[in-house]
Amino acid sequence: MELLDNLALGFSTALLIQNVLYCFVGVLLGTAVGVLPGIGPTATVAMLLPITFNFEPVTALIMLAGIYYGAQYGGSTTAILINLPGESSAAVTALDGHEMARQGRAGPALASAAIGSFIAGSIATVALAVAAPPLARVALQFGPAEYFSLVLLGLIVSIALARGTALKALAMIFLGVLLGTVGQDIYTGTPRFVFGQRELYGGIDFVSVAVGMFGVAEILRNLENEQTRTAVVNKVKNLWPTREDRRRIVGPILRGTGLGAALGVLPGGGHVLASFTSYAVEKRISKRQREFGHGAIEGVAGPESANNAAAQTSFIPLLTLGLPAHPVMALMVGAFIVHGITPGPNVITDEPALFWGLIASMWIGNVLLVLLNLPLIGMWVRMLRIPYQVLFPMIILFASIGTYSLGFNAFDVYAIVLFGLLGYVLIKCGCEPAPLLLGFVLGPLLEENLRRALIISRGDATVFLTRPISAVLLAVALAALVVAVLPAIRRRREMVFTEED
Amino acid sequence: MERRRSFPDVLAGAMFVLLGGAFVVGSLGYELGTPLRMGPGAFPLLVGVLVAALGLGIVVKGLVAGEVIVFGRIPWRAVGVITLALVFFGFTVRGLGFVPASAVTALLTTLASSRVRPLMAVAVTAGLTVASALIFVVGLQLRLPLWGPWLAF
Repeated sequence: MELLDNLALGFSTALLIQNVLYCFVGVLLGTAVGVLPGIGPTATVAMLLPITFNFEPVTALIMLAGIYYGAQYGGSTTAILINLPGESSAAVTALDGHEMARQGRAGPALASAAIGSFIAGSIATVALAVAAPPLARVALQFGPAEYFSLVLLGLIVSIALARGTALKALAMIFLGVLLGTVGQDIYTGTPRFVFGQRELYGGIDFVSVAVGMFGVAEILRNLENEQTRTAVVNKVKNLWPTREDRRRIVGPILRGTGLGAALGVLPGGGHVLASFTSYAVEKRISKRQREFGHGAIEGVAGPESANNAAAQTSFIPLLTLGLPAHPVMALMVGAFIVHGITPGPNVITDEPALFWGLIASMWIGNVLLVLLNLPLIGMWVRMLRIPYQVLFPMIILFASIGTYSLGFNAFDVYAIVLFGLLGYVLIKCGCEPAPLLLGFVLGPLLEENLRRALIISRGDATVFLTRPISAVLLAVALAALVVAVLPAIRRRREMVFTEED
Repeated sequence: MERRRSFPDVLAGAMFVLLGGAFVVGSLGYELGTPLRMGPGAFPLLVGVLVAALGLGIVVKGLVAGEVIVFGRIPWRAVGVITLALVFFGFTVRGLGFVPASAVTALLTTLASSRVRPLMAVAVTAGLTVASALIFVVGLQLRLPLWGPWLAF
């Protein structure tokens, strides 16, 4: 089998002793920096990248894979323990993961995140080896019209992330889309909504929005009733998932893997959709829908698996089309270029050792991550015992340092304040921040593909309905919208009728 | 049927109307273009109208059959102090340098809690400043001076 030969080639490169060693160092550093509160995966990878520049390319890339996984997992850890997601996928993990932590089940949450990621990563690696070339062709079937419809579907589906009403969730999603338009327009270069400030030309940084809406807003909420508040966190019950937990996470992990692997192939945005599509699916098919948002372990295992599977398969668009799926990947492309690898359509065929070596080292990074972090779960959970009076200044300080270090731009720090206050008031009014965050991430993609599709179709808006894939996606989006809004209307009617009786 | 006015619903809706409206007004200042070549103003205009409309819906719903949400009190002290701390950091980190900016930010933030004791605040400030300087400047080689140019004599 040629495909298995490819994997064997990859592993023979990646499994050299010094490579494994540096990968381990990468995982260790990535996790150690990634768990600092307020430092998300992007900041972690950005700060650790320069270390890899001293090594020869293969070793450097393998170490980078370790850093990547360490940073990702560190980000999930802070999302679960202190409700501070550093990137969009972790925002989904935080929903139920943090609730579990509050109920004293941080251990099972962390463990299912690690185990789910590992299983998903392994399956996706094999899927990649078997299906990479045909998958790449499928991805090319997707034109701008299809992307527009896909992203719109993703936005509608993310209503499921909110516990409150669908109307508020929709408003939050599109407010996020609006905020995403700040900065230079991609087609004309016109600066929009920048108030004449050059620092805003690059747009608002995701980290500022996340730290403000989740970090600062959460701190303000916790400081609301200090006198009456007893313990935020229940006593830690068990570190390992119980038999019941293990039974419950199998399905979500497998479904998440499938979804993530499929979505990750789509260039420019599929990866972002993976984790919350998985969450929405799990929430819809679960028999215990009420538990979602209140600490359902499925809501941690599914999205984390989907995210990791998508991270693996997103190497197809990354290395073939040069399209990074998210900011961390963009940093990785930067590192590739430093090491003399320019992503392009021919990487798979021209440099098979490199392509498969990278895939294999990603998997090894995944294995090392599980080996390193499962024993350390007890230690991470102890982070919950840090007194709040130490923890919240630490979050604020580290967040401002981390955000500032991304671009040495003071506006990113000011943006934290703005989004913290906005998020705080909105959360107090029953609007949840996760949908806004996803709207913010997907908004630019929505606009870009809408405009591109219209340019290609010469201004004919029916293109979204005449192209079959796009039409199907739009129909599903409409159905999802109806399903999300209907129960609320029906409930209100029932309520009205009972009141009239 | 008894009407349930919900202040949080009305407030949230009003914010959406206001923010959506602001983006609509702003986008009218940019070129709208044609469907074939949408200008920079077209997309924000569409989405702004949508957000404002959704906000209006939330307001109406809040006046007729609102969600029952306890708004709770606002910790004004924490809001003020944390805002000040973050703005101070952004404004001075380049001029004053890493150590003074971090120390003042940490100290201000500790004051957000109404139960803070002076000794505790100083200890947390010192600990966090030293820890962050070691982690970020010494360990991660962040390109920021420990003491900035404003402090040079």
